[in-house]
Amino acid sequence: MTDFPPEITKEEMGKVSLFLSNINSTFSKERSNLIPILQEAQNRIGYLPHEAMLGIAEFLDIPDIDVYSVVTFYNQFRLNPPGKHSIRVCMGTACHVGGGTVIMDAWKRRLGIDKRQTTPDREFDLDTVACVGCCAMAPVTVIDEEVQGKISPTRVDGILLGYQIERKKESQSS
Amino acid sequence: MSSITLTIDNKKVTAPEGQSILWAALDNDIYIPNLCAIRERTDPAASCRLCFVEVEGKPMPVTACTEPITEGMVVNTKGTESQSLARTALELLLASHPVDCGHCAANNSCELQKAAKHLGVKLNTKRYRKLLKELPIDDSSPIFIYDPNKCVLCGKCVWKCHELGIGAIGFAYRGFDRMVTSFAGQPIGQSNCNQCMECVSICPVGALVAKENT
Ligand code: FES
Ligand code: FES
Repeated sequence: MTDFPPEITKEEMGKVSLFLSNINSTFSKERSNLIPILQEAQNRIGYLPHEAMLGIAEFLDIPDIDVYSVVTFYNQFRLNPPGKHSIRVCMGTACHVGGGTVIMDAWKRRLGIDKRQTTPDREFDLDTVACVGCCAMAPVTVIDEEVQGKISPTRVDGILLGYQIERKKESQSS
Repeated sequence: MSSITLTIDNKKVTAPEGQSILWAALDNDIYIPNLCAIRERTDPAASCRLCFVEVEGKPMPVTACTEPITEGMVVNTKGTESQSLARTALELLLASHPVDCGHCAANNSCELQKAAKHLGVKLNTKRYRKLLKELPIDDSSPIFIYDPNKCVLCGKCVWKCHELGIGAIGFAYRGFDRMVTSFAGQPIGQSNCNQCMECVSICPVGALVAKENT
């Protein structure tokens, strides 16, 4: 598996540099600080770009891969920037039984990304959730804050078409 | 260092104090299946779960690689319970292992084959549904090939690479996705690997092999 997060923006790169230049004053160079440092970095930057992980590895004087190991192990860490819209496919018991994986596959195919990734244009990021509490509507996908029930692959297409039209309108009016 | 006398499979053996059952047995020509054990390593990974043995007086089987020997200890490497644990661990590994020994560079030197033979497990075990990883093979290094599909996640190469102060490879992801890889999943040939081949020589299976042997 290779990670291809969307290219880092200038603004994000600035945040990375700022974080790395101040890291000294908040943390000591102990390996046990790795997780708190990563958490802080993600708080500041929004995710953990390669540049940040490499800088942290250098600061702690540990191999890059050790930082990568920890980041990929814990769900709380993101390798990809948040998209403009977040797509959360429910994989709770009811949604799983109701075809959650089929829905997940539909999102993956349509967006051209895998779980826990972000589209190159940064419009969408995709991930799973474990039961959002409305199992009667299974299978469920939460888009931003909104719960969408009884999702089918065609609904996925429909929802994405809606966003496309919205974007077109926006670009025409601007 | 003083030596300790113990019994393994009805055979009286002596071994240096501080050693684990696994090395005491192997040094005395008693085979116990193992994939992850490294002699120099002071904190055994104990991740492969193939080395279970039974020790008189202990209520449950123990992993031979972590259990230090004691004077007068009585070890049985062929106990029903310990062997059934080891078999299950091995069958789970085999369930996601592409068994194609005829085309594998590690054929006949493979620790999986050896363990399976010893434990009486078929390489094409039917007990668990086959689930392969289907990951791309990494041949970016000029001198070796890394096939993550064959990897049993013993961690020996990772340990060695770190021990040598290189740290080019490590574990990433978790659960079924867990794999040995380099930073950001880049091809090993593009990482800070210096082609020392130590990982190739320590790999107990055919996941890391020299190109000249393929
Ligand atoms: S399982 Fe999806 S909402 Fe409960
Ligand atoms: S050798 Fe003991 S657990 Fe792997």
